[in-house]
Amino acid sequence: MKILKLISGVSIAVLILLVSILSFLGKMEASTVKVLMLVGTILWFVATPFWMKEE
Amino acid sequence: MSETAVEIEDVGGGEFERSPIPASKLKGWKSFLGMYAGEHAAGTEFMIGPLFLAAGASLKDLIFGLLIGNILAILTWRYLVAPIAVSSKLTLYYQLEKIAGKHLVKVYNVVNGVLFCFLAGAMITVSASAVGIPFDVNFTVPESIFGLSTPAFSTIVIIVGLVMTIVAAAGYNTVSKFANIAAPWMIVVFAACGLSALTQMEVDSWESLLTEWDKGVSVVQSANGKVDFGFWKIVIFSWLCNAAMHFGMADLSIMRFAKDVRAGWGPSIGMFLGHYMAWICASFMLAAQIKLTGDISANPGALAWSAVGWTGIICVIVAGWTTANPTIYRAGLAFQSLFPSNAKTYSGVILAGVIATVAGIFPALSSQLLGFVGLYGTILGPMGGVIFVNHYLAKKMNFTQDYAEGKGSSFNTAVLLAWVIPVALGLYFIFTKDVFAAYAVIPCWIASSALYVLIMKLQKS
Repeated sequence: MKILKLISGVSIAVLILLVSILSFLGKMEASTVKVLMLVGTILWFVATPFWMKEE
Repeated sequence: MSETAVEIEDVGGGEFERSPIPASKLKGWKSFLGMYAGEHAAGTEFMIGPLFLAAGASLKDLIFGLLIGNILAILTWRYLVAPIAVSSKLTLYYQLEKIAGKHLVKVYNVVNGVLFCFLAGAMITVSASAVGIPFDVNFTVPESIFGLSTPAFSTIVIIVGLVMTIVAAAGYNTVSKFANIAAPWMIVVFAACGLSALTQMEVDSWESLLTEWDKGVSVVQSANGKVDFGFWKIVIFSWLCNAAMHFGMADLSIMRFAKDVRAGWGPSIGMFLGHYMAWICASFMLAAQIKLTGDISANPGALAWSAVGWTGIICVIVAGWTTANPTIYRAGLAFQSLFPSNAKTYSGVILAGVIATVAGIFPALSSQLLGFVGLYGTILGPMGGVIFVNHYLAKKMNFTQDYAEGKGSSFNTAVLLAWVIPVALGLYFIFTKDVFAAYAVIPCWIASSALYVLIMKLQKS
Protein backbone atom coordinates (compact mmCIF):
# COMPACT_ATOMS: atom_id res chain seq x y z
CA MET A 1 0.00 0.00 0.00
CA LYS A 2 2.89 2.33 0.85
CA ILE A 3 4.36 1.78 -2.61
CA LEU A 4 1.07 2.64 -4.27
CA LYS A 5 0.82 5.83 -2.21
CA LEU A 6 4.39 6.66 -3.18
CA ILE A 7 3.56 6.16 -6.87
CA SER A 8 0.53 8.43 -6.52
CA GLY A 9 2.55 11.08 -4.72
CA VAL A 10 5.38 10.99 -7.24
CA SER A 11 2.95 11.01 -10.16
CA ILE A 12 1.43 14.36 -9.27
CA ALA A 13 4.22 15.99 -7.23
CA VAL A 14 7.06 15.16 -9.61
CA LEU A 15 5.63 14.22 -13.01
CA ILE A 16 3.06 17.03 -13.06
CA LEU A 17 3.99 19.80 -10.63
CA LEU A 18 7.78 19.62 -10.57
CA VAL A 19 8.14 19.28 -14.34
CA SER A 20 5.91 22.32 -14.88
CA ILE A 21 8.14 24.27 -12.46
CA LEU A 22 11.24 23.07 -14.36
CA SER A 23 9.62 24.15 -17.61
CA PHE A 24 8.87 27.57 -16.13
CA LEU A 25 12.51 27.85 -15.08
CA GLY A 26 13.54 26.99 -18.65
CA LYS A 27 15.10 23.64 -17.68
CA MET A 28 12.76 21.42 -19.69
CA GLU A 29 11.11 21.52 -23.12
CA ALA A 30 7.34 21.99 -23.26
CA SER A 31 6.89 18.84 -25.38
CA THR A 32 8.76 16.72 -22.80
CA VAL A 33 6.71 18.28 -20.01
CA LYS A 34 3.43 17.34 -21.74
CA VAL A 35 4.52 13.71 -22.17
CA LEU A 36 5.67 13.43 -18.54
CA MET A 37 2.40 14.97 -17.32
CA LEU A 38 0.43 12.39 -19.28
CA VAL A 39 2.54 9.62 -17.73
CA GLY A 40 1.90 11.16 -14.29
CA THR A 41 -1.84 11.26 -15.00
CA ILE A 42 -1.94 7.61 -16.05
CA LEU A 43 0.07 6.56 -12.99
CA TRP A 44 -2.23 8.55 -10.67
CA PHE A 45 -5.39 6.91 -11.99
CA VAL A 46 -3.83 3.44 -11.98
CA ALA A 47 -2.34 3.61 -8.46
CA THR A 48 -4.68 5.84 -6.45
CA PRO A 49 -7.98 3.87 -6.60
CA PHE A 50 -6.35 0.95 -4.77
CA TRP A 51 -5.26 2.82 -1.65
CA MET A 52 -7.94 5.51 -1.64
CA LYS A 53 -10.63 2.81 -1.76
CA GLU A 54 -9.08 1.16 1.28
CA GLU A 55 -9.07 4.42 3.26
CA MET B 1 -14.44 15.34 -2.60
CA SER B 2 -13.20 12.91 0.04
CA GLU B 3 -14.56 9.57 1.16
CA THR B 4 -16.15 11.43 4.06
CA ALA B 5 -17.98 13.52 1.52
CA VAL B 6 -19.38 10.48 -0.20
CA GLU B 7 -20.45 9.09 3.14
CA ILE B 8 -22.05 12.40 4.08
CA GLU B 9 -23.87 12.64 0.76
CA ASP B 10 -24.99 9.02 0.85
CA VAL B 11 -26.31 9.34 4.33
CA GLY B 12 -27.62 12.82 3.68
CA GLY B 13 -29.91 11.59 0.98
CA GLY B 14 -31.09 8.62 2.94
CA GLU B 15 -31.76 7.35 6.44
CA PHE B 16 -31.04 10.48 8.48
CA GLU B 17 -32.93 12.95 6.36
CA ARG B 18 -35.75 13.19 8.87
CA SER B 19 -34.14 12.14 12.11
CA PRO B 20 -31.31 13.33 14.33
CA ILE B 21 -27.88 12.11 13.28
CA PRO B 22 -26.41 9.67 15.79
CA ALA B 23 -23.28 10.85 17.58
CA SER B 24 -21.27 8.06 15.91
CA LYS B 25 -21.94 9.62 12.50
CA LEU B 26 -20.80 13.13 13.44
CA LYS B 27 -17.54 14.33 11.87
CA GLY B 28 -14.72 16.46 13.19
CA TRP B 29 -14.09 19.77 11.46
CA LYS B 30 -11.03 18.48 9.60
CA SER B 31 -13.22 16.04 7.63
CA PHE B 32 -14.88 19.04 6.03
CA LEU B 33 -11.58 20.50 4.82
CA GLY B 34 -11.00 17.60 2.42
CA MET B 35 -14.58 17.46 1.26
CA TYR B 36 -14.76 21.11 0.29
CA ALA B 37 -11.33 20.95 -1.39
CA GLY B 38 -12.83 18.62 -3.98
CA GLU B 39 -16.15 20.44 -4.16
CA HIS B 40 -14.64 23.79 -5.15
CA ALA B 41 -12.05 22.62 -7.66
CA ALA B 42 -14.46 21.78 -10.43
CA GLY B 43 -15.21 22.19 -14.10
CA THR B 44 -16.68 25.62 -13.58
CA GLU B 45 -13.25 26.97 -12.60
CA PHE B 46 -11.96 26.39 -16.14
CA MET B 47 -14.77 28.59 -17.41
CA ILE B 48 -14.93 31.28 -14.71
CA GLY B 49 -11.19 32.03 -14.45
CA PRO B 50 -10.72 33.17 -18.07
CA LEU B 51 -13.93 35.21 -17.90
CA PHE B 52 -12.26 37.61 -15.42
CA LEU B 53 -9.67 38.56 -18.01
CA ALA B 54 -12.32 38.60 -20.73
CA ALA B 55 -14.34 40.97 -18.54
CA GLY B 56 -11.38 43.35 -18.26
CA ALA B 57 -10.38 42.83 -14.60
CA SER B 58 -6.92 44.08 -13.66
CA LEU B 59 -4.56 41.45 -12.24
CA LYS B 60 -4.03 43.33 -8.97
CA ASP B 61 -7.78 43.68 -8.49
CA LEU B 62 -8.19 39.99 -9.24
CA ILE B 63 -5.54 38.87 -6.75
CA PHE B 64 -6.67 41.09 -3.89
CA GLY B 65 -10.37 41.04 -4.72
CA LEU B 66 -10.50 37.25 -4.74
CA LEU B 67 -8.54 37.18 -1.47
CA ILE B 68 -11.06 39.41 0.32
CA GLY B 69 -14.09 37.80 -1.32
CA ASN B 70 -13.02 34.28 -0.42
CA ILE B 71 -12.32 35.27 3.20
CA LEU B 72 -15.81 36.81 3.42
CA ALA B 73 -17.33 33.63 1.97
CA ILE B 74 -15.51 31.46 4.53
CA LEU B 75 -16.65 33.74 7.37
CA THR B 76 -20.23 33.46 6.09
CA TRP B 77 -20.06 29.66 6.22
CA ARG B 78 -18.51 29.76 9.68
CA TYR B 79 -20.76 32.33 11.35
CA LEU B 80 -24.03 31.97 9.42
CA VAL B 81 -24.37 28.35 8.33
CA ALA B 82 -22.37 26.32 10.85
CA PRO B 83 -24.13 27.52 14.05
CA ILE B 84 -27.59 26.76 12.63
CA ALA B 85 -26.46 23.44 11.12
CA VAL B 86 -24.86 22.23 14.35
CA SER B 87 -27.81 23.39 16.44
CA SER B 88 -30.69 22.05 14.32
CA LYS B 89 -28.91 19.17 12.52
CA LEU B 90 -31.46 19.18 9.69
CA THR B 91 -31.14 19.12 5.91
CA LEU B 92 -32.06 22.34 4.14
CA TYR B 93 -35.12 20.64 2.67
CA TYR B 94 -36.44 19.26 5.94
CA GLN B 95 -35.75 22.56 7.70
CA LEU B 96 -37.62 24.42 4.95
CA GLU B 97 -40.46 21.92 5.05
CA LYS B 98 -40.92 22.62 8.76
CA ILE B 99 -41.14 26.35 8.06
CA ALA B 100 -42.69 26.56 4.60
CA GLY B 101 -44.68 23.36 4.25
CA LYS B 102 -44.13 20.41 1.96
CA HIS B 103 -45.89 21.89 -1.11
CA LEU B 104 -43.88 25.11 -1.08
CA VAL B 105 -40.68 23.08 -0.67
CA LYS B 106 -41.63 21.26 -3.88
CA VAL B 107 -41.80 24.62 -5.69
CA TYR B 108 -38.41 25.57 -4.26
CA ASN B 109 -37.02 22.18 -5.32
CA VAL B 110 -38.15 22.58 -8.92
CA VAL B 111 -36.70 26.11 -9.15
CA ASN B 112 -33.48 24.75 -7.67
CA GLY B 113 -33.56 21.87 -10.16
CA VAL B 114 -33.96 24.16 -13.17
CA LEU B 115 -31.01 26.29 -12.03
CA PHE B 116 -28.96 23.12 -11.45
CA CYS B 117 -29.75 22.10 -15.05
CA PHE B 118 -28.29 25.30 -16.46
CA LEU B 119 -25.17 24.84 -14.34
CA ALA B 120 -24.86 21.24 -15.56
CA GLY B 121 -25.44 22.48 -19.12
CA ALA B 122 -22.44 24.79 -18.81
CA MET B 123 -20.38 21.83 -17.60
CA ILE B 124 -21.50 19.74 -20.56
CA THR B 125 -20.31 22.57 -22.82
CA VAL B 126 -16.97 22.64 -20.95
CA SER B 127 -16.47 18.88 -21.33
CA ALA B 128 -17.55 18.96 -24.98
CA SER B 129 -15.02 21.73 -25.67
CA ALA B 130 -12.29 19.27 -24.64
CA VAL B 131 -13.79 16.24 -26.39
CA GLY B 132 -13.86 18.25 -29.62
CA ILE B 133 -10.13 19.12 -29.59
CA PRO B 134 -8.82 15.72 -30.86
CA PHE B 135 -11.41 15.89 -33.65
CA ASP B 136 -10.43 19.46 -34.50
CA VAL B 137 -13.86 20.72 -33.48
CA ASN B 138 -13.64 24.09 -31.76
CA PHE B 139 -16.67 25.93 -30.55
CA THR B 140 -17.48 29.51 -31.33
CA VAL B 141 -19.62 31.54 -28.96
CA PRO B 142 -22.47 33.13 -30.91
CA GLU B 143 -23.57 36.64 -29.95
CA SER B 144 -27.17 35.60 -29.35
CA ILE B 145 -27.75 33.89 -26.01
CA PHE B 146 -29.70 31.14 -27.80
CA GLY B 147 -27.43 30.97 -30.83
CA LEU B 148 -25.92 27.64 -31.82
CA SER B 149 -22.27 26.83 -32.41
CA THR B 150 -21.18 24.62 -35.33
CA PRO B 151 -23.25 21.47 -36.07
CA ALA B 152 -20.22 19.32 -35.17
CA PHE B 153 -19.91 20.95 -31.75
CA SER B 154 -23.65 20.68 -31.09
CA THR B 155 -23.44 16.96 -31.94
CA ILE B 156 -20.59 16.48 -29.45
CA VAL B 157 -22.60 18.31 -26.77
CA ILE B 158 -25.59 15.99 -27.36
CA ILE B 159 -23.40 12.88 -27.15
CA VAL B 160 -21.61 14.10 -24.01
CA GLY B 161 -24.92 15.16 -22.43
CA LEU B 162 -26.56 11.80 -23.16
CA VAL B 163 -23.63 9.85 -21.73
CA MET B 164 -23.61 12.00 -18.59
CA THR B 165 -27.37 11.60 -18.19
CA ILE B 166 -27.23 7.82 -18.51
CA VAL B 167 -24.33 7.63 -16.04
CA ALA B 168 -26.15 9.94 -13.60
CA ALA B 169 -29.27 7.77 -13.85
CA ALA B 170 -27.36 4.54 -13.43
CA GLY B 171 -24.37 5.07 -11.24
CA TYR B 172 -24.12 8.23 -9.17
CA ASN B 173 -22.00 6.64 -6.46
CA THR B 174 -19.39 5.40 -8.91
CA VAL B 175 -18.91 8.90 -10.27
CA SER B 176 -18.72 10.29 -6.73
CA LYS B 177 -15.94 7.86 -5.90
CA PHE B 178 -14.17 8.67 -9.16
CA ALA B 179 -14.47 12.38 -8.30
CA ASN B 180 -12.75 11.70 -4.97
CA ILE B 181 -9.85 10.03 -6.74
CA ALA B 182 -9.58 12.78 -9.36
CA ALA B 183 -9.77 15.77 -6.99
CA PRO B 184 -6.11 15.98 -5.80
CA TRP B 185 -4.85 15.33 -9.34
CA MET B 186 -7.17 18.00 -10.74
CA ILE B 187 -5.92 20.62 -8.27
CA VAL B 188 -2.30 19.90 -9.24
CA VAL B 189 -3.17 20.05 -12.94
CA PHE B 190 -4.78 23.48 -12.39
CA ALA B 191 -1.50 24.68 -10.86
CA ALA B 192 0.48 23.12 -13.72
CA CYS B 193 -1.77 24.87 -16.26
CA GLY B 194 -1.03 28.20 -14.58
CA LEU B 195 2.73 27.57 -14.57
CA SER B 196 2.62 26.45 -18.18
CA ALA B 197 0.71 29.59 -19.13
CA LEU B 198 3.34 31.73 -17.39
CA THR B 199 6.01 29.86 -19.36
CA GLN B 200 4.14 30.47 -22.62
CA MET B 201 3.91 34.18 -21.79
CA GLU B 202 7.68 34.19 -21.09
CA VAL B 203 7.02 35.88 -17.78
CA ASP B 204 10.11 36.39 -15.61
CA SER B 205 8.97 39.06 -13.19
CA TRP B 206 5.86 40.54 -11.61
CA GLU B 207 6.15 43.54 -13.96
CA SER B 208 6.31 41.36 -17.06
CA LEU B 209 3.26 39.42 -15.86
CA LEU B 210 1.35 42.67 -15.36
CA THR B 211 2.38 43.80 -18.84
CA GLU B 212 1.21 40.57 -20.48
CA TRP B 213 -2.05 40.64 -18.54
CA ASP B 214 -2.76 44.25 -19.49
CA LYS B 215 -1.98 43.45 -23.12
CA GLY B 216 -4.48 40.60 -22.96
CA VAL B 217 -7.15 42.85 -21.45
CA SER B 218 -6.59 45.51 -24.11
CA VAL B 219 -6.87 42.91 -26.91
CA VAL B 220 -10.15 41.66 -25.44
CA GLN B 221 -11.48 45.17 -24.94
CA SER B 222 -10.51 46.27 -28.44
CA ALA B 223 -12.64 43.39 -29.76
CA ASN B 224 -15.53 43.45 -27.28
CA GLY B 225 -15.56 47.07 -26.13
CA LYS B 226 -14.54 48.44 -22.74
CA VAL B 227 -16.22 46.84 -19.74
CA ASP B 228 -15.62 47.45 -16.07
CA PHE B 229 -14.89 44.58 -13.68
CA GLY B 230 -13.25 46.34 -10.78
CA PHE B 231 -12.06 45.42 -7.30
CA TRP B 232 -15.39 45.50 -5.46
CA LYS B 233 -17.18 43.65 -8.22
CA ILE B 234 -14.58 40.87 -7.88
CA VAL B 235 -14.93 40.90 -4.07
CA ILE B 236 -18.72 40.65 -4.24
CA PHE B 237 -18.65 38.00 -6.97
CA SER B 238 -16.15 35.74 -5.19
CA TRP B 239 -17.99 36.19 -1.88
CA LEU B 240 -21.41 35.43 -3.32
CA CYS B 241 -20.82 33.00 -6.18
CA ASN B 242 -21.69 30.25 -3.69
CA ALA B 243 -24.42 32.31 -2.02
CA ALA B 244 -26.97 29.54 -2.51
CA MET B 245 -24.72 27.32 -0.39
CA HIS B 246 -23.99 29.75 2.47
CA PHE B 247 -26.50 32.63 2.49
CA GLY B 248 -29.08 30.24 1.02
CA MET B 249 -28.20 27.59 3.65
CA ALA B 250 -27.97 24.68 1.16
CA ASP B 251 -24.89 23.52 3.09
CA LEU B 252 -26.99 22.89 6.19
CA SER B 253 -27.41 19.45 4.63
CA ILE B 254 -23.64 18.90 4.81
CA MET B 255 -22.68 20.75 7.99
CA ARG B 256 -25.38 19.05 10.07
CA PHE B 257 -22.87 16.21 10.29
CA ALA B 258 -20.46 18.46 12.17
CA LYS B 259 -19.51 17.83 15.77
CA ASP B 260 -19.12 21.55 16.38
CA VAL B 261 -19.21 24.92 14.64
CA ARG B 262 -15.54 24.73 13.63
CA ALA B 263 -16.83 22.79 10.59
CA GLY B 264 -17.66 26.25 9.28
CA TRP B 265 -13.96 26.65 8.53
CA GLY B 266 -14.21 23.57 6.30
CA PRO B 267 -14.50 25.44 2.99
CA SER B 268 -11.32 27.47 3.65
CA ILE B 269 -8.80 25.26 1.83
CA GLY B 270 -11.21 24.41 -0.97
CA MET B 271 -12.07 28.03 -1.62
CA PHE B 272 -8.44 29.07 -1.87
CA LEU B 273 -7.56 26.13 -4.11
CA GLY B 274 -10.60 26.32 -6.37
CA HIS B 275 -11.77 29.92 -6.27
CA TYR B 276 -8.35 31.51 -5.94
CA MET B 277 -5.49 29.43 -7.31
CA ALA B 278 -7.57 27.65 -9.96
CA TRP B 279 -9.35 30.80 -11.17
CA ILE B 280 -6.10 32.75 -11.41
CA CYS B 281 -4.33 29.86 -13.20
CA ALA B 282 -7.23 29.49 -15.62
CA SER B 283 -7.19 33.23 -16.32
CA PHE B 284 -3.44 32.99 -17.09
CA MET B 285 -4.25 30.38 -19.72
CA LEU B 286 -6.41 32.87 -21.62
CA ALA B 287 -3.72 35.57 -21.29
CA ALA B 288 -1.19 33.10 -22.75
CA GLN B 289 -3.53 32.12 -25.58
CA ILE B 290 -4.05 35.78 -26.49
CA LYS B 291 -0.28 36.35 -26.55
CA LEU B 292 0.36 33.24 -28.66
CA THR B 293 -2.53 33.38 -31.12
CA GLY B 294 -4.54 36.55 -30.51
CA ASP B 295 -7.60 34.35 -29.94
CA ILE B 296 -9.79 35.84 -27.19
CA SER B 297 -12.33 33.01 -26.93
CA ALA B 298 -12.47 31.35 -23.52
CA ASN B 299 -12.66 27.76 -24.80
CA PRO B 300 -11.63 25.59 -21.82
CA GLY B 301 -10.65 22.59 -23.96
CA ALA B 302 -8.42 24.62 -26.27
CA LEU B 303 -6.88 26.54 -23.36
CA ALA B 304 -5.99 23.37 -21.45
CA TRP B 305 -4.72 21.65 -24.62
CA SER B 306 -2.43 24.54 -25.34
CA ALA B 307 -1.14 24.66 -21.75
CA VAL B 308 -0.51 21.00 -20.85
CA GLY B 309 -1.62 18.88 -23.82
CA TRP B 310 -3.51 15.60 -23.30
CA THR B 311 -3.41 16.00 -19.51
CA GLY B 312 -5.35 19.23 -19.94
CA ILE B 313 -7.92 17.59 -22.21
CA ILE B 314 -8.44 14.78 -19.70
CA CYS B 315 -8.65 17.29 -16.84
CA VAL B 316 -11.31 19.41 -18.54
CA ILE B 317 -13.41 16.35 -19.40
CA VAL B 318 -13.07 14.90 -15.89
CA ALA B 319 -13.70 18.27 -14.22
CA GLY B 320 -16.81 18.91 -16.32
CA TRP B 321 -18.08 15.38 -15.92
CA THR B 322 -17.57 15.13 -12.16
CA THR B 323 -19.33 18.47 -11.71
CA ALA B 324 -22.18 17.88 -14.16
CA ASN B 325 -22.96 14.39 -12.97
CA PRO B 326 -23.95 15.10 -9.36
CA THR B 327 -25.61 18.31 -10.53
CA ILE B 328 -27.83 16.40 -12.98
CA TYR B 329 -28.49 13.82 -10.26
CA ARG B 330 -29.54 16.46 -7.71
CA ALA B 331 -31.71 18.27 -10.25
CA GLY B 332 -33.26 14.89 -11.07
CA LEU B 333 -34.15 14.32 -7.42
CA ALA B 334 -35.79 17.75 -7.37
CA PHE B 335 -37.80 16.94 -10.51
CA GLN B 336 -38.80 13.48 -9.31
CA SER B 337 -41.59 15.04 -7.24
CA LEU B 338 -43.22 16.14 -10.51
CA PHE B 339 -43.70 12.54 -11.64
CA PRO B 340 -46.43 10.16 -10.44
CA SER B 341 -45.33 7.99 -7.53
CA ASN B 342 -45.28 4.88 -9.74
CA ALA B 343 -42.86 6.49 -12.25
CA LYS B 344 -39.39 5.03 -12.64
CA THR B 345 -36.94 6.39 -10.07
CA TYR B 346 -34.65 7.70 -12.80
CA SER B 347 -37.39 9.71 -14.60
CA GLY B 348 -36.37 12.95 -12.88
CA VAL B 349 -32.70 12.41 -13.70
CA ILE B 350 -33.49 11.77 -17.37
CA LEU B 351 -35.60 14.96 -17.53
CA ALA B 352 -32.81 16.94 -15.83
CA GLY B 353 -30.22 15.48 -18.20
CA VAL B 354 -32.27 16.39 -21.26
CA ILE B 355 -32.76 19.99 -20.04
CA ALA B 356 -29.05 20.28 -19.18
CA THR B 357 -28.05 18.93 -22.60
CA VAL B 358 -30.35 21.39 -24.37
CA ALA B 359 -28.81 24.20 -22.27
CA GLY B 360 -25.34 22.94 -23.14
CA ILE B 361 -26.00 23.26 -26.86
CA PHE B 362 -26.03 27.06 -26.45
CA PRO B 363 -22.39 28.01 -25.70
CA ALA B 364 -23.33 31.62 -24.91
CA LEU B 365 -25.02 30.36 -21.72
CA SER B 366 -21.73 28.98 -20.39
CA SER B 367 -19.97 32.22 -21.28
CA GLN B 368 -22.48 33.98 -18.99
CA LEU B 369 -21.39 31.99 -15.92
CA LEU B 370 -20.27 35.11 -14.02
CA GLY B 371 -23.81 36.44 -14.22
CA PHE B 372 -25.49 33.07 -13.82
CA VAL B 373 -23.95 32.17 -10.46
CA GLY B 374 -25.04 35.57 -9.14
CA LEU B 375 -28.54 34.90 -10.42
CA TYR B 376 -28.47 31.50 -8.74
CA GLY B 377 -27.63 33.14 -5.40
CA THR B 378 -30.23 35.87 -5.88
CA ILE B 379 -33.02 33.34 -6.48
CA LEU B 380 -32.11 30.72 -3.86
CA GLY B 381 -30.25 32.81 -1.25
CA PRO B 382 -33.30 34.54 0.26
CA MET B 383 -34.71 31.25 1.58
CA GLY B 384 -31.67 31.24 3.84
CA GLY B 385 -32.88 34.56 5.27
CA VAL B 386 -36.18 32.93 6.20
CA ILE B 387 -34.32 30.08 7.92
CA PHE B 388 -32.12 32.62 9.75
CA VAL B 389 -35.15 34.52 11.04
CA ASN B 390 -36.92 31.31 12.01
CA HIS B 391 -33.87 30.11 13.95
CA TYR B 392 -32.81 33.27 15.75
CA LEU B 393 -35.76 35.65 15.86
CA ALA B 394 -39.02 33.69 15.89
CA LYS B 395 -39.09 33.05 19.63
CA LYS B 396 -37.62 36.43 20.54
CA MET B 397 -40.17 38.26 18.41
CA ASN B 398 -42.98 36.05 19.56
CA PHE B 399 -44.11 34.31 16.39
CA THR B 400 -44.29 30.60 15.64
CA GLN B 401 -41.02 28.85 15.00
CA ASP B 402 -41.25 26.12 12.32
CA TYR B 403 -44.67 27.50 11.41
CA ALA B 404 -45.79 24.87 8.89
CA GLU B 405 -44.98 22.01 11.24
CA GLY B 406 -46.54 23.76 14.24
CA LYS B 407 -49.77 24.71 12.45
CA GLY B 408 -50.01 21.65 10.20
CA SER B 409 -49.76 23.82 7.07
CA SER B 410 -48.47 22.44 3.78
CA PHE B 411 -48.01 25.85 2.17
CA ASN B 412 -46.87 28.82 4.25
CA THR B 413 -47.87 31.90 2.22
CA ALA B 414 -45.70 34.14 4.41
CA VAL B 415 -42.59 32.28 3.20
CA LEU B 416 -43.76 32.43 -0.41
CA LEU B 417 -44.24 36.21 -0.27
CA ALA B 418 -41.00 36.78 1.66
CA TRP B 419 -39.17 34.79 -1.02
CA VAL B 420 -40.89 35.87 -4.23
CA ILE B 421 -41.26 39.63 -3.71
CA PRO B 422 -37.55 40.44 -3.11
CA VAL B 423 -36.45 37.95 -5.79
CA ALA B 424 -38.87 39.46 -8.34
CA LEU B 425 -37.49 42.93 -7.56
CA GLY B 426 -33.93 41.62 -7.79
CA LEU B 427 -34.60 39.99 -11.16
CA TYR B 428 -36.23 43.19 -12.38
CA PHE B 429 -33.08 45.18 -11.62
CA ILE B 430 -30.81 42.48 -13.07
CA PHE B 431 -32.67 42.07 -16.36
CA THR B 432 -33.99 45.56 -17.02
CA LYS B 433 -31.46 47.83 -15.30
CA ASP B 434 -28.38 45.70 -16.06
CA VAL B 435 -27.43 45.37 -12.40
CA PHE B 436 -24.66 42.78 -11.91
CA ALA B 437 -26.50 39.71 -10.58
CA ALA B 438 -24.25 39.13 -7.55
CA TYR B 439 -25.03 42.64 -6.29
CA ALA B 440 -28.67 41.64 -5.74
CA VAL B 441 -27.93 38.68 -3.44
CA ILE B 442 -27.50 40.43 -0.08
CA PRO B 443 -30.27 43.04 -0.55
CA CYS B 444 -32.67 40.23 -1.48
CA TRP B 445 -31.54 38.16 1.51
CA ILE B 446 -32.06 41.07 3.92
CA ALA B 447 -35.40 42.00 2.33
CA SER B 448 -36.65 38.40 2.58
CA SER B 449 -35.63 38.20 6.24
CA ALA B 450 -37.33 41.50 7.09
CA LEU B 451 -40.42 40.66 5.06
CA TYR B 452 -40.83 37.28 6.76
CA VAL B 453 -40.69 38.92 10.19
CA LEU B 454 -43.16 41.60 9.08
CA ILE B 455 -45.69 39.19 7.58
CA MET B 456 -45.51 36.80 10.51
CA LYS B 457 -46.06 39.68 12.93
CA LEU B 458 -48.90 41.16 10.85
CA GLN B 459 -50.77 37.88 10.63
CA LYS B 460 -50.10 37.31 14.35
CA SER B 461 -48.69 33.86 13.63
